[in-house]
Amino acid sequence: MDDHTEPAAVRARNIVKSFGTGDTKVTVLNGINLDIYLGEMLLLVGESGGGKTTLLSAIAGILDIDDGDIDVLGVPLSELPAGKRTTFRGQTMGFVYQQFNLLPTLTAAENVAVPLLIQKIGRPEALRRARAMLERVGLSDRAEFLPKNLSGGQQQRVAIARALVNEPRLLICDEPTAALDGPNGQKIMEILRDVGRSPSRSVIVVTHDSRIFHFGDRMAHLTDGRIVSIEPISREGTA
Amino acid sequence: MNYIALKMLFGDRAKYLMLLCGLTFAVMLIVQQGSIFWGLMIWSQSSISNINVPIWVTDSGIAQVDEVKPIAGTAVDRVRSVPGVEWAVPLFKGLLRARLSNGEYHQITLAGLESSSLIGRPAEVLEGRFEDILQPDAVALDQWAVERMGGPDVIKIGTIFELNDKLARVVAIAKTQKSFTNIPVVYTTYERAIRYVPRERRTLSYVLAKPKDGVPIEEVTKRIHEQTGLGAFTAEEFGWKTIGWVLKNTGIGINFGTTILLGFIVGMAISGQTFYLFTVENLRQFGALKAMGASTFTLARMILLQAFTVGLTGYGVGIGLATVFGYLTARGGGLPFVETWQLLLLVLVGLLAICTFSALISIVKLARLEPAIVFR
Repeated sequence: MDDHTEPAAVRARNIVKSFGTGDTKVTVLNGINLDIYLGEMLLLVGESGGGKTTLLSAIAGILDIDDGDIDVLGVPLSELPAGKRTTFRGQTMGFVYQQFNLLPTLTAAENVAVPLLIQKIGRPEALRRARAMLERVGLSDRAEFLPKNLSGGQQQRVAIARALVNEPRLLICDEPTAALDGPNGQKIMEILRDVGRSPSRSVIVVTHDSRIFHFGDRMAHLTDGRIVSIEPISREGTA
Repeated sequence: MNYIALKMLFGDRAKYLMLLCGLTFAVMLIVQQGSIFWGLMIWSQSSISNINVPIWVTDSGIAQVDEVKPIAGTAVDRVRSVPGVEWAVPLFKGLLRARLSNGEYHQITLAGLESSSLIGRPAEVLEGRFEDILQPDAVALDQWAVERMGGPDVIKIGTIFELNDKLARVVAIAKTQKSFTNIPVVYTTYERAIRYVPRERRTLSYVLAKPKDGVPIEEVTKRIHEQTGLGAFTAEEFGWKTIGWVLKNTGIGINFGTTILLGFIVGMAISGQTFYLFTVENLRQFGALKAMGASTFTLARMILLQAFTVGLTGYGVGIGLATVFGYLTARGGGLPFVETWQLLLLVLVGLLAICTFSALISIVKLARLEPAIVFR
């Protein structure tokens, strides 16, 4: 597909996903082929209802596809039983959501520690690593704050710290700037670029926000369940 | 993950308190009603516990202790002749009216004890000497007689009243377990008791007996029944027989059972609904945990931990409140309230059932939850 020399972190082939049956059946993904490489940040853009979030869910292994194959880091997701897929997801993926999805009764540090606790890492060690990660996203002084006492931008930075704390190989971001104003959105993308990106990690960002396009390496346009173009992004922000 | 589960539970203070209040109320209601019910059952057999002998012999068709079916006076000797019986003594038990010097009438239970041994006498005497009932016209009363017949100013040592136009002089006041009907008990000797009551062909109410050391009590009661044709019961058997009669012939069992069941249902409904709401409101968070790699099993464990934590807290608080209630209301025997470990164990089992039910509703919801919800 592309003349990339880096190994593909995600390799999706002929992905088909429909919802509903009979007359109400809607095909949301209609033969998607996509490679996402280690070290790159791929922006997934397109109209609402175009299938971006469905594709993201399929790549994350939290939505079963009807047809096709998805390999993540060389592991065929559809062949993994549900339990192993959940474990695999916990060990290799991090998530940043539009609505942050922080646990409201946990402090920022405790929220960041959650993926580590899921991996059965002891609480003291998990909190130590969580605080270190919060320092990397510039929130060391907010570690003991509850989410309700943080601004939207700060909450999203906590969410990014949570997504990165277990050093995932694949970072999946769904509209990470949609709930934020312009400057905060830029800041979040800077953090994703500076902290999230690494040669051994791929970052997928679903977004509508054209102000953040220049942070990506490539941009895939999704329309009516098909990828209509995949293009590199110039540093000026245009594909 | 236990830590996260508990933080989620305690962090939502309003829901936590609502859950806690629901479960505490349910436990308190069940323990309080259960204890009063059991207290009433204890009261119903207080005639047996106050007499405190191992074997009761009477008509085999007897239904309960307060239903006297007189038997032939020869029964005492017949029981004494049964191998394995150490001793057997007569007991008169009957209802009579006492007329006080102020003209008031009070119904009393007259208990006539064998005069040489006074077997069946109350264990504790509050005033006077119980042995003085051997004096002419002497009787002893229980403390409830003092309370029911006019108080300590009217009924005291030396008070004289009439039983069937015959004099009775109070020489002792004994401490006894309150009875179900709370009819005062007047103790005297067997011989004097049958002089107090109107003449009847049969005056013997019970034969009280004790097995010889080393002979199983069940064996002795069996032999008494086989050799005399009378009903012979251990005190425990007679107690249960009496409780069974009360449950069958009064509405007590159904009334208390209904309240206890309501407590159980209310507890289950409140905690089930609140817990379900708690889960539904945190659905996105649970979805996020699933997306981050938490298995359904892990989430189920979290939910169960939350349910049992709030449940056991409610159990402790509920029992504490019920005990305080019992202490305040049952002091001095005013209200029947007997909190047994069996009841507490039963309530614990019931509570764990409520918690499991509440948790299961939420777990089913979580098991069906698609982690993709977090992207919506």
